Amino acid sequence: MALLSVNDINVYYGSIHAIKGVSFEVNEGEVVTLIGANGAGKSTILNTVSGLLHSKTGSVAFDGQDIGGVAPHNIVKMGMAHCPEGRRVFSQLTVEENLQMGGFTRPSSEIPQSMEEVYTQFPRLKERRRQIAGTLSGGEQQMLAMGRALMSSPKLLLLDEPSMGLAPILVAQIFDIIDQLHKAGKTILLVEQNAQMALSIATRGYVLETGKVVLTGEGRDLLVNDAVRKAYLGE
Amino acid sequence: MLTFLNHLINGISLGSVYAIIALGYTMVYGIAKMLNFAHGDVIMVGAYVCFFAVSSFGLPPVLGVLLAMLVCTILGMTIERLAYKPLRQAPSLAVLITAIGVSYFLQNSAQLLWGSNQKMFPAFLSGDGISLFRGQINISTVTVVTIIACVIIMLVLTFFTNKTKMGKAMRACSEDKGAAQLMGINVNSTISMTFAIGSALAAIAGVLLCSAYPTLIPTTGSMPGIKAFTAAVFGGIGSIPGAMLGGILLGIIEIFAKAYISTQVSDAIVFAVLIIVLLVKPSGLLGKPIREKV
Repeated sequence: MALLSVNDINVYYGSIHAIKGVSFEVNEGEVVTLIGANGAGKSTILNTVSGLLHSKTGSVAFDGQDIGGVAPHNIVKMGMAHCPEGRRVFSQLTVEENLQMGGFTRPSSEIPQSMEEVYTQFPRLKERRRQIAGTLSGGEQQMLAMGRALMSSPKLLLLDEPSMGLAPILVAQIFDIIDQLHKAGKTILLVEQNAQMALSIATRGYVLETGKVVLTGEGRDLLVNDAVRKAYLGE
Repeated sequence: MLTFLNHLINGISLGSVYAIIALGYTMVYGIAKMLNFAHGDVIMVGAYVCFFAVSSFGLPPVLGVLLAMLVCTILGMTIERLAYKPLRQAPSLAVLITAIGVSYFLQNSAQLLWGSNQKMFPAFLSGDGISLFRGQINISTVTVVTIIACVIIMLVLTFFTNKTKMGKAMRACSEDKGAAQLMGINVNSTISMTFAIGSALAAIAGVLLCSAYPTLIPTTGSMPGIKAFTAAVFGGIGSIPGAMLGGILLGIIEIFAKAYISTQVSDAIVFAVLIIVLLVKPSGLLGKPIREKV
């Protein structure tokens, strides 16, 4: 059974019908990516999955349970971590405090070990652990946001535009880390505008257009698909 | 010189009360982004509860204070739950008007329940106080207790917000509620807890205030409430050290204005200082300038 299964959801912003009957699933151990242009509804879908928004009809099931009416903070406890668009680190808190907040739902005895794991993954954060997060560079903030999400030791990690606003070398680095997490067995739902990079590391992908899934397939197949190449890879 | 020192000590004492009240304003603002104008009236309720506990039921003063803190904590959480929580998504003006409404509601309820006649708050903090410079300066017990209480509250709150998990969660919520939820922090219960802490502090402030100025009427809390709000803005609203500094400075300015300039215009001077500070530094003394995030 799929770890996450989204079934025919419809999401509205007031009277605007933003997500029109989207269904997809994420199986354990997969990296699934949602790609599409600005305004296609990628972030809206992630926000609905993590409970920040609610779908009018349809259902979202995580780990075998319907999570339609569950509050976001309880969804975190069930084992889902959402690393939001624009990083949204707590800029007034230190790097270490940010990581502690990421592990908020876990007993404090487990925190030091998880923190060591995050520091191994992101050595840069260890160097800066006493620094106020707002003073980090964009790339470091993205690493902190991802490390913070990993602190809850999630079964499913949602990443919303992790490459946004980063220099090409950092983008490559971030995707490298996502690939490493995948190889280490993490299940990831990745939303990206950088379709090329996202599809090259994804197990499967869904292409969204104005609130609908228009195409789906394995990452490497979508990467060579003519329609995708024309629309999203600029060829 | 000695008179100056005397005024300074009185100023710090009055300022300590303002600081304790301002902490409630600033913590609630920091996390719920609202000005709880009913905060001053929670002080009044705390003072009445302590008054009746000690004067009518003969409870020991310590129990009276604890009871006042308990009642105010419950009152603060109830106000938040019933009046403010339904407006969490509403425009801030609606919340502000509601807060003013709650303020009048509390004042009028107090008048209905306990009458509009003034009550004399029991002087249970009497005693000799401290005598300095061969009796040339006398510091009353109320003054000593007020300053000590303020210092303890500041230390405990600073420790709580900087070192404990819940305190850090409060700071996280005050910065970004959405991101805090995604960490698994229950934002509603964090807000409720902030109101509880602020209201318990208001009860302590109420008892200290009425120990220094013992006439108790249903509007007792409103002027100190507004001054403490001023202190919170003065220090930088949302900042805990700012509320402490703002409160104490405001108390000192008020006492000096009364002593050296004029009793009648002392309040005008206090507010004039606020206006000047805000003209020069709009975010307050220790406030952080609001940065627009791109």
